[in-house]
Order: sequence, then C-alpha cells, then structure tokens
Amino acid sequence: MTSTILIIGGGQAGAQAVDTLRREGFEGRLVMVADEPHLPYQRPPLSKQFLAGDMAAERLPFRHQPFYDQHRVELKLGRKAARIDAAGHRVTLADGEIIGYDRLLLCVGAKSRTLTCPGAELGGVHYLRNIADVGAIRGGLKEGARLVVIGGGYIGLETAATARKLGCAVTVLEMADRLMNRVVASSVSEYFAHEHRSHGIKIECNTRVVRLEGPRSVERVVCADGSTHQADLLVVGVGAVPETGLAAEAGLACENGVTVDEHCRTSDAAIFAAGDCCNHPSLRYGMRVRLESVDNAFEQGKTAAINMLDRMAVHDRVPWFWSDQFDNKLLIVGLSQGFDQQVLRGDPATRSFSVCYLKGGELAALEAVNHSKDYMAARKLIAERARPDIDKLADPQIALKESV
Amino acid sequence: MPRIAFIGAAGVRREIDAPVGITLMEAARQHGIDGIVARCGGACACATCHVYVAPAWMAKLGPAEDMEQGMLESAWEPRPNSRLSCQIQISKALDGLEVTVPERQA
Repeated sequence: MTSTILIIGGGQAGAQAVDTLRREGFEGRLVMVADEPHLPYQRPPLSKQFLAGDMAAERLPFRHQPFYDQHRVELKLGRKAARIDAAGHRVTLADGEIIGYDRLLLCVGAKSRTLTCPGAELGGVHYLRNIADVGAIRGGLKEGARLVVIGGGYIGLETAATARKLGCAVTVLEMADRLMNRVVASSVSEYFAHEHRSHGIKIECNTRVVRLEGPRSVERVVCADGSTHQADLLVVGVGAVPETGLAAEAGLACENGVTVDEHCRTSDAAIFAAGDCCNHPSLRYGMRVRLESVDNAFEQGKTAAINMLDRMAVHDRVPWFWSDQFDNKLLIVGLSQGFDQQVLRGDPATRSFSVCYLKGGELAALEAVNHSKDYMAARKLIAERARPDIDKLADPQIALKESV
Repeated sequence: MPRIAFIGAAGVRREIDAPVGITLMEAARQHGIDGIVARCGGACACATCHVYVAPAWMAKLGPAEDMEQGMLESAWEPRPNSRLSCQIQISKALDGLEVTVPERQA
C-alpha cells in the first residue's frame, strides 16, 4: 500500500496529479513541494492577460486553498528540493527538512534559456517564466517605454503584443529568417510578422544579438551586423531547457529531459516524471519528444498519478498548443517534424486559414490561424491517422472532416 | 453574488455563488464542479468546459463568437444550447442561470 506520495513542482502537471490522486481514491499522505511561494497556478496568462494587468492574481491558481485543505494536501510552498536520495526514498529540502516517500513525482518543468553574450547580466534584462518575472517586467511597460524582445517565438511575440497594447515602442529581434520558425509554416510566420508590423512593432529577422550595453541597466542592444537598438528594458524569449539537475544527481536517466516511458516512469521504479521536464515516447509519432505544452503536462500529471497507484495508464496523446497575439489565435495540433507534404487551406488575407502537414499520406499536424473548426477536426483526424484527399484538403469550402 | 445552478450528467443539482468578473468556467472550477475540465484554462482552445445552457437563458447570454462556435462543433455531443463556460462572463444579470454538464468533455 502506497502511503506517502511526494510531488516536486507546483505547475500544471503537479496540480493535475494532486487532483487525480485524490479522485482515484488515494488516502495516504500527499505532499507537494514547490519553489515559488504561490498556490499552483496557470502559466499561459503570464505573457498575455496577466502581463497586461487585465487579470487579477487570484484568478491564476488552478484551485484555491480550501481545495488543498479539503483534500489533505500538505503544500510546502516557497521551498526548494535540494537532493533526492533514491536508494533511501527520501528528499532533502534546501532548508534541511527531510521527507520520505513511497512514490515521488517530478514535475519540475523547464527554465528559460539565458543569454550568454556580454552584458547579459545587466539590469533590465528579463525572462518570462513565472509570476515574479511578470512583476519585474510590468513596471517597465509604461507608455512610450522602449522594449526590445529577443526571440520571435511564442513568449517573445505574446509579450511584444501585450507591451504594444500598453503603449510601448517594441522591437523584436529574431536570429532565424522568420518568426516562430521552429514551430510554424512560413505562411503562418509571414501572417504574424504582418500582424505585428501593422500594430507598429518593429520585427527584425536574421538578426543576432552580440552585446548588451549600459552602465548598470541595459540601454543598447548591439547586433552582429553592427545595428543598435535603444532599450529601456529587454525581454528574452529564446527557448527553455528542462530542469534535470535533481534527477541527474539522483542517478536517473536523462537526455533532453528526465527520461520516462509511456507510463511516466523514470529509470527508478519509485520515481515518476511529468510535464515539460520529461522526455517521453510519443506513441502516435513513434519517436521520443519533450513538449512544452499545457495539455501534455495535464495529461502526464494524470497518467503518472494513476500509475503511482499501481494501476496501468498509458500516455498516448496528440499534442496541441496555442498562442494569442493581438486578436489572433494560433492553434496547433500534432507534430510536423518529418512531414513530406504541406497543404494550405484558405487565404491568409481573410485572416482565417490553416496549414496541413502530411506524412506518408496521413494527416500529421495542422496549424490554424483564427480557425477553430479546422483545428478541432484535425485533432480527431490526426489521432485516427486519417488519410485525407489532397484536393479536398486544399479546398476551404469543404469541411476538414469531410476531406477523408 | 449571482447564484448559478449546475446540473450534473447524473441529474444532481448543485448551486454555487459565482463572483462577478470571472468566467462561468472559473467559478465552476473554484467550486470543484465535476465534469468541467478546462484544460486550456479559458483560452477557448480545448472545448473541455462545454455546458448546455437552460434554453430560457440562451438569449440573455448572447451569441457565441466564431472561434467558440467552431470549437463547439467538435465538442462532445453538441446541441443548439451548447456553450463553452470559459466564454461566459459572470454578471449580476446571470443570477439564476442554470446549466447542465455533459456526460463527457472533448
């Protein structure tokens, strides 16, 4: 009988695991250790409504304190796990407390990749990952303030859009030749570049930052081509790296994340991992992946919880993602890596279109711009490994679900 | 606070007091209403906070926007009175609102 389950990490995966464990009838001791001083909360609004000041802080938590009291969850917030003793089944916190466990779940997430160029340590250089980061950035987003965003990915672009709405002068510097280049088709990149520019944001691609300058706080961003950009503050969104320190030190197998199987089990039988920190097999795509995705964290938190109770749940999900930029919603489902055919549905000029990716005749992924109908239909078709007719697929007058 | 009734898939009725200024989904989640999953947290990106609105209330809520409508088409067993609860803002005018939670979410 499992008597103590310890969860390290208070994000989406950890919050879901707590919920599932009690729902599934786990009666034992349930402890959550999280290094932020907040109840487990949602991160997606951080670069959007919360940064804009349109969403009160009390709307961020998944659940409020009474839920944790009622379900007898020992929350150790603002506390850091320092070491896992896998052989001894116990975790030592930075303040010295030792917590024994029968099952341990790591939901430690990912951390922002940091700049390494000269000047990276200057004041005014921000990353956006948690509530404290938003607190530090928000004060600087005054009307007329010059914000330089490094990295034209989701975080960078969402932050740029929010800051622009607040009246800042915004420049986005992207190293690649187009925005969100790792995650979307070039037509989608172009669409969003146009949207941002039409709102007055300066977008510079093929631009590598080599140096930040300023006496104490950043004042100038210097690029490889010699161009410079004046800045009152900087937000860096150049990707994230999984938090594997604790796991690796405990001897768990790690490779681009904590290695887990389809049951969220690590290389130690008593330790599980879920969410952004873990590298897992995707059954649909037949490869190992590490995802930064709310749905993936939710689903793995649930799967891990069930398996910690010695029941057998399998993580088998088609991943999905979304991004809100100005009044546009980008919805992505599936993984497009290795596709052999790309089909555009609709006309970007109508502000609503989709890009379909096929591999070996099967629909593998879809990116929908302001088109929830295609996105929802694709979720089903991709999971079913549907083989759409290309001519029907390319015809936006034919519903996606009728293309098979 | 407006009082809102959730009728579970099994027919059990639960009434909650929902604070003005948040969404129906958030109010349901705060009160632990079963069956409102809300994976995306209210971004209109997942269709897992689907509810059936008591027909008399449909007009008062106004029509769903295109994005929500597109989501609802692929929700689990959509009906003409389907809505995503994350797109319904709680206001004083919703005192007495009654919604039914579907048997499953998408």
